[in-house]
Amino acid sequence: MTELTCIICPRGCHLTVDENLNVTGNSCPRGEAYAKAELTHPTRTLTSTIKVISSNATRVPCKTSEPLDKDKIFKAMKEINEVVVKAPIRIGDVLIKGVAGSNVNIIATKDID
Amino acid sequence: MINKDLVIIGGGSGGMSAALEAYALGVKDILILEKNDYLGGILNQCIHNGFGLQEFKEELTGPEFMSRFSKAVKEKGIEYRLKSNVYDISKDKVVSYSNEVEGFVKVKAKAIILTTGCYERNAGAIQIPGDRPSGVYTAGQAQLYLNCYGYLVGKRVFILGSGDIGLIMARRMTLEGAKVLGVAELMPYSAGLNRNIVQCLKDFDIPLYLSHTVKQVIGKDGHIEKVVIAKVDEKFNFIEGTDMVFDVDALLLSVGLVPNVDLISKLGLHFSRTRGAIVNQDMETEVEGIFSAGNALHVHDLVDYVVSEAREAAKGAVKYLNGELKNEGHVYDVEASNGIGYVVPQKIYVDEAEDNLIFKFRVRKPYKMINLVIKEGDEVIRKIPKLAIIPSEMEIVKIAKDKFKKSSNKITISVEEK
Ligand SMILES: Cc1cc2nc3c(=O)[nH]c(=O)nc-3n(C[C@H](O)[C@H](O)[C@H](O)COP(=O)(O)OP(=O)(O)OC[C@H]3O[C@@H](n4cnc5c(N)ncnc54)[C@H](O)[C@@H]3O)c2cc1C
Ligand code: SF4
Repeated sequence: MTELTCIICPRGCHLTVDENLNVTGNSCPRGEAYAKAELTHPTRTLTSTIKVISSNATRVPCKTSEPLDKDKIFKAMKEINEVVVKAPIRIGDVLIKGVAGSNVNIIATKDID
Repeated sequence: MINKDLVIIGGGSGGMSAALEAYALGVKDILILEKNDYLGGILNQCIHNGFGLQEFKEELTGPEFMSRFSKAVKEKGIEYRLKSNVYDISKDKVVSYSNEVEGFVKVKAKAIILTTGCYERNAGAIQIPGDRPSGVYTAGQAQLYLNCYGYLVGKRVFILGSGDIGLIMARRMTLEGAKVLGVAELMPYSAGLNRNIVQCLKDFDIPLYLSHTVKQVIGKDGHIEKVVIAKVDEKFNFIEGTDMVFDVDALLLSVGLVPNVDLISKLGLHFSRTRGAIVNQDMETEVEGIFSAGNALHVHDLVDYVVSEAREAAKGAVKYLNGELKNEGHVYDVEASNGIGYVVPQKIYVDEAEDNLIFKFRVRKPYKMINLVIKEGDEVIRKIPKLAIIPSEMEIVKIAKDKFKKSSNKITISVEEK
């Protein structure tokens, strides 16, 4: 039995999920889908910054190109903090390919000249 | 003195979207004045995602969101000045600013839009008992240092207040290797979005102490060393025997935002319950031709709403420049009644309004299973059932203006409990 708060809408239903992935407490189907995904394959978009060599900035903000497995987040952070990149950088540029052994890239979220 | 049709003060997302809208509506003689050395305002430091779902139908980070606007401003050749701090405005619409290159400059504007954003409430504003050591920051300051300069303000952190910026910083500092010991919230409910409680606190097992606040800050050699947290009763008095002591090297405050009204105060205007200016349906303040939008008018939780409000203000400014906004005809005072914290706008000149009247408001506390009731005088115009409603999410209600009968001069919005 696992308890979750649904985050899809402000109502914030308290969901209970049993061993067979039966969801109760949801007021709509979106809550059920959320609970199932959360319990079987939780992912998160990770955002951070990377050290940049530029005369205009010291950090370039970045994000995962798509949601990353939740249990890879800290490994990804470690890699992000080991990299140094050089300007110019454009939004969407790949800064780290296949972070934390996944298929997900770390991409820039700001132009840095 | 320089002359301009429209001067926009503050080049954040609000200011830029107002400029782009006015430009699209045919006003090209625009000047944006921004005190920082970049456009985009606060979104430059909001590197997390979740922006733009309404505006672009995709989830963007703050820098990505604001870049779309700053690129458009540059492409259109809309004039802007950076590092230009506006220090005065007058009722006859003379804007005074200064920068390193031009020195002190006065611009005579035909219309002005104030999009100067908001301030974070700080330690002075909330009276924390105890020492006044270093190591106490607002969550936004800590966010700026970390996200723009890569500097972590502490390794053992406690956060006071459950506002979204504090929650987001709890996650961000944890990811960067700090230990976030907990978040204390004075109220029995969180001030932040559910999604942030789950993804910023629960994901990292950071405890949220509701009905708790800081009882004392203890410093050593001028730097923060401990915070004492205790539980409060319904009257916000500390409950004996509930003290918890945390060893910390930083305390973050996420205790609310207040509109930046420095310039509005210079005009001697009244303030509304939002603590921003009083405005009409076109976001025009009590001074004709001076408009306000975004966080400078009332604090928004979503930048998408800042953008749409700034566009309304820009439309209003264009109407004013075209001589179509005279504040004449039937007028309503709009009041926040039972259960409602504030409403924007506070005045509606219905004859000059667009086809739909837009009301933006917040409830005072969380409610479940209620009706939102909009009345003209004593007559109910619209009743909206709500399963759940919370203060941290602003409500927006649109009603066709011909639903109003001009039988009274008062519109009220209230919560009706079932
Ligand atoms: C710390 C913080 C974090 C936030 N996080 C989120 C979030 O995660 N998601 C979200 O949707 N919203 C968030 N918000 C809300 C956010 O404020 C809005 O989304 C939006 O960006 C505000 O736009 P704005 O144009 O009203 O203000 P701002 O972006 O603050 O822009 C105001 C601009 O005016 C300039 N200015 C002020 N005074 C003067 C002057 N006298 N002369 C010249 N220029 C001046 C400032 O330098 C600034 O650039 C956050 C707000 C804050 C304060
Ligand atoms: S289950 Fe449905 S109604 Fe309940 S919070 Fe989730 S999305 Fe909202």
